[in-house]
Amino acid sequence: MFSYIIRRLAVAVPTILILIVMSFMLMFAAPGGPFNSERPLSPTVMANIEARYGLDQPYWKQMFDYTVNVVTRFDFGPSFQYRDRTVNDVIAQGFPVTLKYGFWSFVVAVVFGLGLGVVAAIRHNTWLDYLAVGISIGAQVLPNFVMAPILVLVFTLWLGWLPGGGWNGGQWQYVILPVIALSTSYMASIARIMRSSMLEVMNAGFIRTARAKGLPMHRVIWKHAMKPALLPVLSYLGPAFVSMVTGSVVIDVYFSTGGIGQFFVNSAFSRDYSVIMGITILVGVLTILFNLVVDLLYAWIDPKIRY
Amino acid sequence: MRLLEINDLTVTFQTGDGEVNAVNGVSLGIDAGETLAIVGESGSGKSQTAFAAMGLLARNGAARGEVLFDGQNLLTLPQKALNKVRSTQISMIFQDPMTSLNPYMRISDQMAEVLMLHKGMSKRQAVTEAAQMLDAVRIPDARARITMYPHEFSGGMRQRIMIAMALLCKPRLLIADEPTTALDVTVQAQIMQLLGEIRRDFGTAVILITHDLGVVAGFCDRTLVMYGGQVMEEGTTEQVFAAPSHPYTQGLLSAVPRIDRDDDELATIAGEPPDMSHLPAGCPFSPRCDVVRPECPGQRPPLLAFGAGRRRACHQPWTEEA
Repeated sequence: MFSYIIRRLAVAVPTILILIVMSFMLMFAAPGGPFNSERPLSPTVMANIEARYGLDQPYWKQMFDYTVNVVTRFDFGPSFQYRDRTVNDVIAQGFPVTLKYGFWSFVVAVVFGLGLGVVAAIRHNTWLDYLAVGISIGAQVLPNFVMAPILVLVFTLWLGWLPGGGWNGGQWQYVILPVIALSTSYMASIARIMRSSMLEVMNAGFIRTARAKGLPMHRVIWKHAMKPALLPVLSYLGPAFVSMVTGSVVIDVYFSTGGIGQFFVNSAFSRDYSVIMGITILVGVLTILFNLVVDLLYAWIDPKIRY
Repeated sequence: MRLLEINDLTVTFQTGDGEVNAVNGVSLGIDAGETLAIVGESGSGKSQTAFAAMGLLARNGAARGEVLFDGQNLLTLPQKALNKVRSTQISMIFQDPMTSLNPYMRISDQMAEVLMLHKGMSKRQAVTEAAQMLDAVRIPDARARITMYPHEFSGGMRQRIMIAMALLCKPRLLIADEPTTALDVTVQAQIMQLLGEIRRDFGTAVILITHDLGVVAGFCDRTLVMYGGQVMEEGTTEQVFAAPSHPYTQGLLSAVPRIDRDDDELATIAGEPPDMSHLPAGCPFSPRCDVVRPECPGQRPPLLAFGAGRRRACHQPWTEEA
């Protein structure tokens, strides 16, 4: 097990290098640059700025220098757009925000998604099943950019219960609406996967055995059906967790939370190369890490999987 | 009072293609310590009869009739009371030991939970007792291997584990649903031998559901033949094998390959098993029967007693030499 983890982490290194190279290539392939604007700068000024940020170097040299700085000094370079801040500053400011609302969104999505899925499967073809399926389809088809303004309308403008935006250091009142808006579609997906896998597991031979042993239904579900039913959900949860904690531009824009989702999209528009790279690498590392966590959880659930 | 008595049991499934009648008015009984074989081809309703008796029908299935165990009707018993009967009074083992054990749980946990639930034992006590039961079904090195997972055992060993698990609470009736179908021939013989010993040592009554007539001959006191969800005939195993009274049974027995006869071709019963959603109003076997009579397709023959404790459902008059 331990050597497996080491091996997986060792493989992660070339993976991330490939990620860096690919992202660089795509970035340079896109037209324009960070200092192009409506009013062209004079060529000498442009040359000065480009020299200052190393943009006059050949691509391979820029890529190489960047990688060396990241690996040796954990330095992701200065932001091109926010003149006095480094990429590390941008991430240090935005990531805790998205991590907070993303993590709670994940918890909400998992708890309610699994709950809805299990209830729907156990009460298959009853009104409870139809209700659960209805809720999850509703949550699925309602995009968060529709959800967010509705939530603000209801909870802020009509009821006046919660603030309609801002972050305020992550006080709980400010976290609730972003969490609801972000978690619903994930919750719906989890519920659908859980429902179908639970339905399948409940038809398995070993469930019939468990019932034949005289176990009460709740024990059959918790002790016998839950683990195998979770397996298909698990492979969805890894990528879902990463995409939740790295935020959503919709949430950041609607609720002015200041998370990195917003920075990421802005950086792409303004060709803020170093911020694009920084956040891409962050997402890449998290993805690799949580796929590993999912694989370890697989082994914990299924004794046939041993590394 | 008989140990288990099933009266006019009907099982129907609601499917997308309409209602399917898997079991149509089956009546049977078994006494304490007795062995009864239920024989029939796939889809004859033999397994569904057992599932209905145990309350284990699929969600879209419904059972009507009476299943009396010790005089109480299991079909109308509240879930809680039924759960008490399961394992402690009636146990069941299934066809495929690869799928009927939970692959995600240790054998010790799967076995111990039965004793903890029904006997109120502590985990430690329960595991010790479970290991003893594994010894009894001759799992080598049971104490060490009980913490293993099902996939670490062979098919035959898994079926032994299933049997051990079914016997933990010393039930009075064991229903074995095709217990050897998924196993190698040599392992089949070992499992049947084990079931025979259990019957002798524990005095457990056994209902053996099978399509393998060879297994029945050496094991069961009485044999009941099913076709199309109905009982075709019943009698002691000797009577049924020596003088089958129903054309279907006669066909079945003549289809068993014999090593003492030099046949070029294996005998078969012409035609196909019935479509359970469109059964004939009369005898379900009539479309395939060699000696079919005009009344057979339209009028269901009653299951009547004859001879020495035998029953048959056929319009053809019974003659000893038939």
